[in-house]
Amino acid sequence: MSDTVLILGATSAIARATAAAFAAKGNDLYLAARDKDELERTAADLQIRYGVKVSYGLFDAEAIETHEPFFQDVVQEMHGISGVVLAFGFLGDQLAARDFKTGAKIIANNFTGAASFLSICANYFEPLQFGFIIGITSVAGDRGRQSNYVYGAAKGALSLFLQGLRNRLFSSGVRVITVKPGFVDTAMTFGMPGLFLVASPEYVGNRIVGALNKSSDIIYLPWFWRYIMLIIKHIPEFIFKRMKL
Amino acid sequence: MATLIKPVSGWGRYPVQSCEIERPERYADLKPSSPTLIARGQGRSYGDAALNENGHVILTERVNRLLLLDVENGILRAESGVTLDEVLNAIVPKGWFLPVTPGTKHVSLGGCVAADVHGKNHHHDGSFGNHVLSIELIKADGSRIECSPENHSDIFWATVGGMGLTGIIGEVTIKLIHIHSSQMMVRHYKTPNLEQIFKLLENPTADDSYTVAWIDSLVSGRELGRGVVMCGHHANDDELPFRIENRYNIKKRHAISIPFNFPAFTLNSFSIRKFNAFYYSHEGKKTSPYLTDYDPYFYPLDGLNNWNRMYGKQGFLQYQCVIPDKTSFEGIKAILETLTNSRHPSFLAVLKRLGAESKGMLSFTMTGYTLALDLPIRDQGIFPLLNRLDQIVMQHGGRVYLAKDARLSPESFHTMYPRYEEWLNVKTLIDPENRFRSSLSQRLKIGETA
Repeated sequence: MSDTVLILGATSAIARATAAAFAAKGNDLYLAARDKDELERTAADLQIRYGVKVSYGLFDAEAIETHEPFFQDVVQEMHGISGVVLAFGFLGDQLAARDFKTGAKIIANNFTGAASFLSICANYFEPLQFGFIIGITSVAGDRGRQSNYVYGAAKGALSLFLQGLRNRLFSSGVRVITVKPGFVDTAMTFGMPGLFLVASPEYVGNRIVGALNKSSDIIYLPWFWRYIMLIIKHIPEFIFKRMKL
Repeated sequence: MATLIKPVSGWGRYPVQSCEIERPERYADLKPSSPTLIARGQGRSYGDAALNENGHVILTERVNRLLLLDVENGILRAESGVTLDEVLNAIVPKGWFLPVTPGTKHVSLGGCVAADVHGKNHHHDGSFGNHVLSIELIKADGSRIECSPENHSDIFWATVGGMGLTGIIGEVTIKLIHIHSSQMMVRHYKTPNLEQIFKLLENPTADDSYTVAWIDSLVSGRELGRGVVMCGHHANDDELPFRIENRYNIKKRHAISIPFNFPAFTLNSFSIRKFNAFYYSHEGKKTSPYLTDYDPYFYPLDGLNNWNRMYGKQGFLQYQCVIPDKTSFEGIKAILETLTNSRHPSFLAVLKRLGAESKGMLSFTMTGYTLALDLPIRDQGIFPLLNRLDQIVMQHGGRVYLAKDARLSPESFHTMYPRYEEWLNVKTLIDPENRFRSSLSQRLKIGETA
């Protein structure tokens, strides 16, 4: 069986760091994203630095009809895959998302696109009784807040979807890991006011790969976000609705 | 693209200025998006070369991919934001090394081109630009141009040493050198005064691929300029231990971090004098050749993260000048004398011999000797002192290094860099609106047409 990891949304900072952490372990990689030039550069870089085989192809999360043929092509080209990291996501403009045309795009990318692709992955790994699925959602999905509830709702739905997949695939030995990053120093957060305890993409990438050796199903990155979100989730709604979060 | 406004400084932590920072992550986003801008790699230039007060600074740290490594011919192409550390990690295990390296590996490849950096091998191999095969330059109008010593050579030599003022350096292709192992063979010579140091640096039998002199800048009189000449080369096959498991092994060094700014009193004449005396006798003992990893040899200070904090909150100035061959001894001597007679001790003083002048129009290097000094800013008295040093440098026909400068005057700059007009012609051609600016260029009036 091939030891290739398929990474979707591979040109983001978190995905690049995760890909590097897999490559450092000796995994071959298949990188998928929309930007061909970036894919080519990132693939060359990982190949030179880590000496692993890196292939790449164009992938659009929102074009769900292309997911099945794309996945079959990857499996064929790499002679099977051993794991999938779903790292794409779209924050969008949260004010613009009050108009549902924008909101729908956020949901189409973060949830519908993700659910479509994960279904295909699950159907592939289940009969093999082998493999892993890592889905990157967000702490924003743990509670709806006025500042980003459309993105949060899509990520929250993805978290639930992953939870269901984990339940379904447990008996077949396929690992499903939900990753919930807090603030990470990426293009998404650069220049945002009010950030604190920002983690580097390298830290997040190493922890994501490291999670495969541990038993946790849901990992918060950095770890203390589990407790921040625990508090936030337990604020009673009659207080929470008055808060400007 | 989202921007971040915050106070930033160079490695010397002087001056600190408020800049609007952009950080592209995709190569296509590396472009002049704002009215005035300067690219910034790792911010390791000491002064204001990578600052742009009230303007934009484009951080290249995320545009750092290795694009091609030809292990047959030793050719590397990479995006400009990659650090020398990352490059070394990729090339040393395959038997290759950087042709020229400055004293820290935490600098970007683009920065090495923009400052046309030099190393301890300048007297043999010249500066960084000598080994650059080509550059993709992103111009003010957003277009990209591939330039090399053969193709658009005027743009190439205006960009090499051009302090980022001709455009954004996007990709760089360099020629690497072959090594037999990751080990260096090193030997020190303890030298009692400046005359002897110059004699040793000129002496072909004592000379080696990499040669540098550390000088105790706090002794005066007959011992003025005493120091240790350090020579080394990449170990040959017959110098390696009989049994060597992996000759290209890179030992990971664990760097110690300086956690806070040292209080002002820690670096005073007394402590520096003590340190220098210790260093003189300790390093002076290593008179027989010894093997060491390339990392501590080339990058001794990289073992201390944030070592700039040792100079305290006020920061420090690095003063590096070059004096041409004919007048170099008198010039360097006059500088050291002026310094020892002042109340401003230099923590570090390094003397190197430089070879042929670089072809970069604003490059620093010229045939002669270069002296680098680290001077903490303890009070404003340091500035007139350095102006006096500028006068000595100019009287002897030398110049000051822009990558380390934070306080030179426009008049001195124009005297020191005689090829400026030639450079300005190219600059005006490819950046007619003078969009590529830095605090350095504004202070020295570089790029402004009269």
